[in-house]
Amino acid sequence: MSTPQTLSPAETPAPEAKPAAGRRRRQGGSSWGRALRRDWQLYSLAVLPLLFFLVFRYAPMIGNVIAFRKFEPGGSIFGEEWVGLRYVKLFLNDPTFWNVFTNTLVLGGLTLLFCFPLPIVLALLLNEVRKRALKRFLQSVTYLPHFLSIVIVAGLVMQITSIDGPINAFLGYIGSEKISFMQDPDWFRTIYVGSEVWQTVGWGTILYLAALTTIDDQLYEAARMDGAGRWRQIWHVTLPGIRPTAVTLLILNIGTFMAVGFEKVFLLYNPLTYPTADVISTYVYRMGLEASNFSYAAAIGLFEALVGLVLILSANVISRRTVGTSLW
Amino acid sequence: MTTHDMTRGYRVFQWFNGVVLTLVVVVTLYPFANILARSFSSQSAIAAGEVNLVPQGFNLTTYKIVASDPMFWTNYRNTVFYTVVATLIAMVMTTCYAYVLAKKHLKGRKFLVGVAVFTMFFSGGLIPNYVLITSLGMKNSIWAIVLPNAISVFNLLVMKAFFESLPQDLEEAAAIDGLNTYGILWRIVLPLSKAVIATMILFYAVSFWNSWFAAFLYMDRSDLFPVTVYLRNLIAGATGADSYGAAAAEVTQVGANIQAVTIVLTVLPILVIYPFVQRFFVSGVMLGAVKG
Repeated sequence: MSTPQTLSPAETPAPEAKPAAGRRRRQGGSSWGRALRRDWQLYSLAVLPLLFFLVFRYAPMIGNVIAFRKFEPGGSIFGEEWVGLRYVKLFLNDPTFWNVFTNTLVLGGLTLLFCFPLPIVLALLLNEVRKRALKRFLQSVTYLPHFLSIVIVAGLVMQITSIDGPINAFLGYIGSEKISFMQDPDWFRTIYVGSEVWQTVGWGTILYLAALTTIDDQLYEAARMDGAGRWRQIWHVTLPGIRPTAVTLLILNIGTFMAVGFEKVFLLYNPLTYPTADVISTYVYRMGLEASNFSYAAAIGLFEALVGLVLILSANVISRRTVGTSLW
Repeated sequence: MTTHDMTRGYRVFQWFNGVVLTLVVVVTLYPFANILARSFSSQSAIAAGEVNLVPQGFNLTTYKIVASDPMFWTNYRNTVFYTVVATLIAMVMTTCYAYVLAKKHLKGRKFLVGVAVFTMFFSGGLIPNYVLITSLGMKNSIWAIVLPNAISVFNLLVMKAFFESLPQDLEEAAAIDGLNTYGILWRIVLPLSKAVIATMILFYAVSFWNSWFAAFLYMDRSDLFPVTVYLRNLIAGATGADSYGAAAAEVTQVGANIQAVTIVLTVLPILVIYPFVQRFFVSGVMLGAVKG
């Protein structure tokens, strides 16, 4: 996740490439007609992509009305008749919903707690590696897991944690009981967060390493003049230097907080680990696509998406007010 | 950085740093080494938990078993085919829209950007998407994989940033020489954008190569699966408790080494190409994210 800074420049009105055209436009009136006549070829390039967004992104957003309408499979994708908040009330009174809600918060929170700061730490450590070739090797190795399919990651996790896998072999070697990790709800969170860190930590360092190279060497020079040791230099120069990057990534992480990796949970969990592993999105999948309660599942899914939207909007506002960095 | 930095404390730190980073490397690579060792080991050695980094009871039997399953190769071919078609379509769509968004004088440009960016923060969700795709009749067709993912907004913004950085004068000169917009895009802009195009092709190709969920959702016929779904079904079968309920308990135990071999064969293309493409990815991400 690394989009943020591209967004802000896009929003700020750019210096006009053709000032004359800009001035003409501001006169208002029939300027749309003129723009269409002049740029119709450009607009024509946007038609198919706009159609894509309309059909595959915005239609499903509107399709969420089935959360308030009775949906019949095979009928209209926008449902048959209004039922008001029936499905919302239904899930608010559903004990399973509250269980998966809690699981979502816990998994999301743990992921944030580990997957956000660890790339910063790793980036700082990598930054202290002097030998160029060694540094490049370390980066290549740590980026690697990012390129793997989630299915392969799940497969690796299952093999490593299996009863005949190396972790249990080690436990047997030191004389402990073997643990069937994948069947034990107490272990699910550890496995989930652990594999998440394994897959994302290296890739997460890229932006920080880039930010580190932009820090002015004179700042370190000055800090040393003032008698700062290595640690003080890190504290007073390095960390402030990467703060905008960190804040932006934090906002994005908070935004995806609710959408904890559906695919990975789905691949790793099983009925035995539901008590800790089942999250909102997997519950939506089972309710909607396996039990065919489309409207009910859509209501839960809509709730999840709205909470996510509120989270990212508020994180953005808070960060703009407090540290002056924001996505837009 | 200079020698007077090499205090005793700092030297201790350097040692500590070396140890930590070595650990990171070991932890990152260990799963790959272990799976490779398992893929060449005998079933009995794996079951006894004896396989670590070196194959025990070396044999190639499992490779022969997996390689002789025609479905594995069918699904492998599907993956290649889906990846090529999906990447091609995604590139056309993304390039066109990014080029439009990069034109700063264009009226309504802010709206066009907003249409794309908003979808990063709010989306329809699983159920409405599923209902839409099925009612469009895209089940069991490649379109269910390709069309809903034809534009990644992240890639779009990277390309837009790149197009914006191209010199405007060149395009204006081409316009004066009589090229229309399509001509300018095709003959002037794209040839100048080879680097970003290569990066975007990689981004898309890897994500389509790795994807599994769309195929899992919308394809019922196993001869249409990509290899990722083949692998996921192996894994789900082996846990003996997947989401299909009743049948779960009776699902046959798939040999751990069959899983290992399938994982190795699926991951191999990525590992082979990885050293060559990695730097493109890194520069692509930088392009998208670092702006002063």
